[in-house]
Amino acid sequence: MKRFIGFIQKEFYHILRDRRSLFILFGMPIAQVLLFGFAITNEINNVDIAILDHSKDATTKEIISKIAASKYFSIKQVIDNEAAIATAFKKGHIKAVLNFENDFSKKLISENKATIQILTDATDPNTANTISNYTASILKNYQEDLNKGATLSYQIVPKTRLAYNPELKSVFMFVPGVMTVILMLVSAMMTSISITREKELGTMEILLVSPLKPFQVIIGKVVPYILLAVINAIIIILLSLFVFKMPVQGSFFLLGAESILFIINALSLGILISTISTSQQTAMMISLMGLMLPVILLSGFIFPISSMPLPLQLLSHIIPAKWFIIIIKGIMLKGVGIEYLWKETLILIGMTLFFIALSIKKYKIRLE
Amino acid sequence: MNKENAITVKDLTKTFGAFTAVNNISFEVGRGEVFGFLGANGAGKTTAMKMLIGILKPTSGIATVANFDVISHAEDVKKSIGYMSQRFSLYNDLTIKENITFFGGIYGLKKTDIKVKTQELIEELGLHDEANKLVGALPLGWKQKVAFSVSLLHNPQIIFLDEPTGGVDPITRRQFWEMIYREAHKGKTIFVTTHYMDEAEYCDRVSIMVEGKIEALDTPKNLKTQYKVDTMNQVFLKLARNIE
Amino acid sequence: MGISVKNISKSYDKVMALKDISFEVKPGELFGLIGPDGAGKTTLFRILTTLLIADKGEATVAGYNVIKEYKSIRNHVGYMPGRFSLYQDLTVEENLNFFATIFGTTIQENYDLIKEIYVQIEPFKDRRAGKLSGGMKQKLALSCALIHKPKVLFLDEPTTGVDPVSRKEFWEMLKRLQKKGITILVSTPYMDEAALCDRIALIQNGNILEIDTPEVIKNSFPKTLFKVKAAETFKLIQDLGSYELTHSAYPFGEYIHFTSNNVDFNAKDLVQYLESNGHTDIEVNETAPTIEDTFMELSK
Repeated sequence: MKRFIGFIQKEFYHILRDRRSLFILFGMPIAQVLLFGFAITNEINNVDIAILDHSKDATTKEIISKIAASKYFSIKQVIDNEAAIATAFKKGHIKAVLNFENDFSKKLISENKATIQILTDATDPNTANTISNYTASILKNYQEDLNKGATLSYQIVPKTRLAYNPELKSVFMFVPGVMTVILMLVSAMMTSISITREKELGTMEILLVSPLKPFQVIIGKVVPYILLAVINAIIIILLSLFVFKMPVQGSFFLLGAESILFIINALSLGILISTISTSQQTAMMISLMGLMLPVILLSGFIFPISSMPLPLQLLSHIIPAKWFIIIIKGIMLKGVGIEYLWKETLILIGMTLFFIALSIKKYKIRLE
Repeated sequence: MNKENAITVKDLTKTFGAFTAVNNISFEVGRGEVFGFLGANGAGKTTAMKMLIGILKPTSGIATVANFDVISHAEDVKKSIGYMSQRFSLYNDLTIKENITFFGGIYGLKKTDIKVKTQELIEELGLHDEANKLVGALPLGWKQKVAFSVSLLHNPQIIFLDEPTGGVDPITRRQFWEMIYREAHKGKTIFVTTHYMDEAEYCDRVSIMVEGKIEALDTPKNLKTQYKVDTMNQVFLKLARNIE
Repeated sequence: MGISVKNISKSYDKVMALKDISFEVKPGELFGLIGPDGAGKTTLFRILTTLLIADKGEATVAGYNVIKEYKSIRNHVGYMPGRFSLYQDLTVEENLNFFATIFGTTIQENYDLIKEIYVQIEPFKDRRAGKLSGGMKQKLALSCALIHKPKVLFLDEPTTGVDPVSRKEFWEMLKRLQKKGITILVSTPYMDEAALCDRIALIQNGNILEIDTPEVIKNSFPKTLFKVKAAETFKLIQDLGSYELTHSAYPFGEYIHFTSNNVDFNAKDLVQYLESNGHTDIEVNETAPTIEDTFMELSK
């Protein structure tokens, strides 16, 4: 036991003396959460649009003023012919143009029908989509106001409620994702690098030719990073609680336990990577390409899994991060307990055991 | 200034803050001479050599290499010298041919010249069968021979060698020294820095640096006579001991 | 209780690193493995320190089999790899403490063994190992390899890249350690260090050329050796190369070491030959062969 404690002490010396890595280790999660929370967002605010109003009557004016009043749009330009639309888009500031047809009011009254063309700049498809949805809903509201009192024979009124994230804050979606990425990074990449560094420096040779047992080396490498990863998880949760006012609906205890499970899962992956790489550089490349990319792309962190092609959907099943994201979204946003998450938890436990077994099997008691 | 001197160093000094790495050294190396520049780790020989090859600016003093001043004409100095070190000489993941072509390109040789030179070099070294093998797979001695030839590609007047034969097997080592003597015979000047005293025995003259100063400069034979010992190793030990 | 190596072979891919090697190191002996880079020294060290498994053959260290009893070996040997393999970001004292701890001992317990070496670096015990000079690094590495009082000490090229003064001190330390009953296997590419060992094995390309005491190996040189000198060294090399009575002619410092293929060779003939080729300041004298001369003769 004394040997083991001595080993862990040495690991802490390494970590604490490498100021630059330490800074990255703790600076990165904070930077990422803030970046995702404030800068990168799916919401639209004050999008610049242009108006082309061919009729210029009372109805169009009313609609335009409703649109101008909304916080989503700001009318930057009024244009008077079709040709100017293209120019406006090409300049790049205008994201959408509302084109009202001739005799808008007249047609609305005589034919019960008038047309607005919504042109959006779809070079950014997400924004274009959101813009047209928002515009449509403003128009729909206006139309409902018009019809008030009038009796329409059949009408289906959809009432939408946005559960768990009523304001559609994207930070609610990013915090679980960022937490997953950070825990994966700290645990898997840092352990794999720290083990391969011993190989690269040649100190592994001396450790092997010593009474230290392989599992002592591995556990000794892992313990400090469990601690670091837990600290990181706490920082992220505190940030989301106090900076983004994102409530944690479920149990903190369960959240902590599941996080530690995921950390151990990532650490065992890290050990596995270190057994197949001989240099710190390879370990880092494998961690980045083999872990980070799938975590970001295939875990449902940014891109919804259900809209992926089937092969990718199947592939996403073997990515531990996917299950962890489901779990923490459940705990943080929906407030559900283990009774709804036992399946995902079991899958994570299974994967962890598999990785640990594999890395013990792969761990070499000799050089090559 | 004597035209026959390949290197002239006068009162050369380099300080880093309060630390004087090279302390007022002066010496001359004649054309065609094999000159050994010896010293323990940290004695200042690397710093001195960096100044001579024009990559480090002296604090004071004058140094001329191939008749160019190392401060005002550093670029001309670099063009007139070849450099080979034990630690870095060739790319292990390129073949012998690729290495030669690459360094030929760096030294500004014409494409046609590179082709001719490459062929010549491979014939000369008897490496015909190995020309397309990766340098990493060659024994150390061969690597060093190829590296030496590569440092000669641009026909430099002076060649700086940094511990060129440490760890090389004895026979290949002799072949290496024969190559060095051949170049010296052709009139090239060879400047060898090393702390292996048996390498020093091969030089025409050697200087021994101790703590930034040149403590001895003569032929190995005279130094051995002067200090009444049999080997350069013992000369070195005596000099270093006196300091402590 | 020393080291026993029987018919060990090892190859990587297509390269045979060790070819059927056998030798014995007696308990308490200072045994040198002398050969250039790539001779197979490091491979042999790794097999003996249980880091690699040989393709063929058997070996024991301190009486333990290197494969079956590798755990016991790991408890009882000290190993200093060729590269400086300590933690550069840990201080001198932290490094030593760490290695003491993982071997289940303390610095105090075995201090008498490392005292002589460690006192020299003790003034720098709070300095990071990466900031030490070459000689001091090597002393620290040796202290760390000794801290658990090993029965057998493996030193792979400990003096490579170290200046002559530190080299000399290092060999003096080894001699003192040997007196304390530690068996030492040391490798080096420097032939001049061979004389400091009790017995040596000359090794090249995975073969052992000769095993014996340095004296016997020197005296086994089969020919009369001459040292030759003239004003023009390069021309001398060339002319000796084309001399019909030459068996070997190698530059050796300021001289050329020369042997003849003729048993009745007379030095006067050589002087005459050189004079007729226009050499001046000719010296031809008989000289005592060195280990290096024998090595070259054997590997020819």
